[in-house]
Amino acid sequence: MIVADKKPVEEIIEYVKDAGKILVLGCNECVTVCEAGGKKEVGILASSLRMYFANQGREVVVDERTLERQCDHEYLEEIRDIADQYDAIVSIACGVGIQFTAEKYLSIPVYPGVNTCFLGVTEQRGLWTERCQACGSCILAYTGGICPVSRCAKRILNGPCGGSTKGSCEINKDLDCAWQLIIDRLKAIDRLDLYEKMFHIKDWSTDRAGGPRKVVREDVQI
Amino acid sequence: MSAKTPSKLEKIMAAGHLGVTSECGPPRGSDPDTIREKAELLRGYVDAVNVTDNQTSVVRTSSLATCIHLKLMGIEPVLQMVTRDRNRIALQSDILGGASFDIFNLLCLSGDHQSFGDNPQGQNVHDLDSMQLVWTARKMRDEGKFLGGADIKRPPQMFVGAAANPFADPFEIRVPRLAKKIEAGAEFIQTQCIYNLDKFEEWIRLARERGLTEKTYIMAGITPLKSAGMAKYMKNRVPGMDVPDEVVKRMADTPKEKQAEEGVNICIETIQRLKEVDGVKGFHIMAIEWEEMIPDIVKRAGLYPRPEVD
Repeated sequence: MIVADKKPVEEIIEYVKDAGKILVLGCNECVTVCEAGGKKEVGILASSLRMYFANQGREVVVDERTLERQCDHEYLEEIRDIADQYDAIVSIACGVGIQFTAEKYLSIPVYPGVNTCFLGVTEQRGLWTERCQACGSCILAYTGGICPVSRCAKRILNGPCGGSTKGSCEINKDLDCAWQLIIDRLKAIDRLDLYEKMFHIKDWSTDRAGGPRKVVREDVQI
Repeated sequence: MSAKTPSKLEKIMAAGHLGVTSECGPPRGSDPDTIREKAELLRGYVDAVNVTDNQTSVVRTSSLATCIHLKLMGIEPVLQMVTRDRNRIALQSDILGGASFDIFNLLCLSGDHQSFGDNPQGQNVHDLDSMQLVWTARKMRDEGKFLGGADIKRPPQMFVGAAANPFADPFEIRVPRLAKKIEAGAEFIQTQCIYNLDKFEEWIRLARERGLTEKTYIMAGITPLKSAGMAKYMKNRVPGMDVPDEVVKRMADTPKEKQAEEGVNICIETIQRLKEVDGVKGFHIMAIEWEEMIPDIVKRAGLYPRPEVD
């Protein structure tokens, strides 16, 4: 899933401090799972904003809404009839949802209420960690299902570097060395032979290096 | 192994002599005299001088510019290049730039992570990794081709090397990784600083068993300890560094005013022992901000005078 983290409320207040009517817009997908932008967080953020404006002695309307998704036309259309009422929308979907909302409601300022962090997993409640950087050309078949692009601090394809110490990365003892994990996994599946071959220079044109990306699937287009 | 490039370092090791290199860290400013003064201390005592590339991710004068200063002084440089700061376009371009000044040695590294340096908020590049940079440099030299496939007019003639750290984890892949670097084209290897001699000897034994010591020149990395504090710092704070307790204790048990001398003694003893190890083809002596000690170390270790080659 796409993992996001809450922005400090002070930063959000700075964006919307002059608005008279605000919509806090959540998303029922990834950001709900990572507890940054679902219905519950919409409620908490809306309450914080109301308290702020009340303390300022200002009457500001802060409404709450959570859509099934903010990355699909279908669900974003659900606020078509009400969007014009607002001076500002604070979207706490991921960066994708925030942008799609902004694209769709051109004349209304849309502000981010979260920082979008990475594609990752819930390791445990309150702990999400990165797994994928969407490089567009997956190499997991050769690395035991562990990704050096997303999990090595230097995204080294022929690791580990000389800083790998007791299973930890040189930049932080609390961070696993991706290449230690890769080697452990290759051993477990009896494929350490895969380690012996030099990994050739990667084509990064499918990564962000190639510019904004598209997936076009004519077979499923209507 | 016969020499394939005009590199003096390669010729010396190809002739069967132990090679000796040291390093010169570029300054945190643009004063060329600091470079010249440091390099002058090393003249005649080493075969080539490595020039570090923004080591520990701290901004300094560029490695390439510093190498050119050395070259113009008649001192042979080893151009260090890290993959942290430049993509494949800039790396190939700087290799050509070095070649245009007849820089004949290249050491390919990934570089310390930028979080250690003075710009921790910066991006890192790592378009290539160190092994892929070795491969690239060899392709440029041997095939006379850019990565894009076009011909290079007057290809670089560089002796291409890489680093190896026998002390990093997991130990079991340290020799396979060396094998991969050699397969990528590494003709010489400079190792991490060696304090744990038993572990180093085990690593090189395993390398010998795979025939790797016949395929590349392994230069043992040596760094004299200046003080007990430095020994403790290296042990506890530098990732991938293995300083055994007895080395720390030996330094700590020495009176403070004698510690630097004791550090040099350890360094000489290390060189003496490793000279006898099959597969060690030279020494890379990194006297960090202590270049003035190099002549003494080289002389006392029996590595002086340096051999002459054509």
